[in-house]
Amino acid sequence: MASLRDIKNSINSTKKMSQITKAMEMTSAAKWNRGVMNAKAFVPYMEKIQEVTVAVAMGSNGINHPMLQSRPVKKTGYIVMTSDRGLAGAFNSNVIRRVFQTIQNRHKSKDEYSIIAIGRVARDFFAKRGINVDLEIVGISDQPSFESVKDITSSTVGMFSDGTFDELYLYYTHYKSAITQEVTEKKLLPLTDISTSSKLTSYEFEPSAEEILDVLLPQYAESLIYGALLDSKASEHAARMTAMRNATDNAKEMIKNYSLIYNRARQAAITQEIAEIVGGAAALE
Amino acid sequence: MKTIKVSVVTPDGPVYESDVEMVSTKAQSGELGILPGHIPMVAPLAIGVVRLKKAGGKEPDLVAVSGGFLEVRPEKVTILAQAAEKAEDIDVERALRARERAEQRMKDQKAEHTDFRRAELALQRAINRLTVTGKQ
Repeated sequence: MASLRDIKNSINSTKKMSQITKAMEMTSAAKWNRGVMNAKAFVPYMEKIQEVTVAVAMGSNGINHPMLQSRPVKKTGYIVMTSDRGLAGAFNSNVIRRVFQTIQNRHKSKDEYSIIAIGRVARDFFAKRGINVDLEIVGISDQPSFESVKDITSSTVGMFSDGTFDELYLYYTHYKSAITQEVTEKKLLPLTDISTSSKLTSYEFEPSAEEILDVLLPQYAESLIYGALLDSKASEHAARMTAMRNATDNAKEMIKNYSLIYNRARQAAITQEIAEIVGGAAALE
Repeated sequence: MKTIKVSVVTPDGPVYESDVEMVSTKAQSGELGILPGHIPMVAPLAIGVVRLKKAGGKEPDLVAVSGGFLEVRPEKVTILAQAAEKAEDIDVERALRARERAEQRMKDQKAEHTDFRRAELALQRAINRLTVTGKQ
């Protein structure tokens, strides 16, 4: 059996650890709150731009915009959104596993695809396996403003327009609730499957539908990326919060077990001492 | 006089919502004024000021818009902008700094360079913000 001091040390270090995880849980809870609010604030914009895009794209027949047409796929781009840091439970590994499996099923050669990695975890994973990472973005703030990710979104959409990619997929974690998040795959470009349930309005275009699509479609695609990023951030903090809460609970459980062992060992030591004293006194008689 | 609902929406949330008599904006094809009862329309906007004339003939509300879209429906006008600020929300110090930075960059770059174009847009945005606050 471990000595009394060893057990005491284990109890102390577990206590310290639980303080840290508790603190991390609380900071994540605050960030999660903000993240969910940001994602909510974005919804009206997204709904509106989607409505307008669909109305313009569907309402104007006979218009062929490169972003609306499928072309022969020579190279596919995968945008993968993870966090910069770990300790968020299975948050990162779920996304990465999904992408990795998809890639292995779909492609035979490494020239057929490459990765746009958002977050340090995704970049490190793919770079380590020798997979092309075309663009990497690390160090995105926890509350990204649209302005701050403008460079990322426009360069990604630009890579489709200039023919670097013929298809773009988006992998991120969709926030459902504080305890459930779901890895989601979305085909970003070309926009072949846009549809809407609401009634279409027929618009007058100023100057023309083509010119509007030229401006509107890139903005729409950028909004999709930004929306996914907000969603992913909210999920990240929710996942980290849950992971840290579990860690704190586990630590409490461990402290309980250690205390039990400690008390038992202490009792055993006392009993033994008494037995020795009694034994010693008996020998003198 | 009849009024129409107007909302200005950005990715960071709604910025402005009100009933107004007239919306005047700067579209890419020129100035554009919308009165209640306008036919449905979509137009891309240039960097510029949106003037929202309220009932009662007081001073119009001003919103600085950095590009985006104008969507007109019979009952509602929506402005979708990547960034938009009301006059009272603009950080004048920041806009002044941005203007200075953009001017400096334009001096350093050659005119055909892409950075020049970006600096030019940044300058336009900064000037636009300053115009709205009346500090120009």
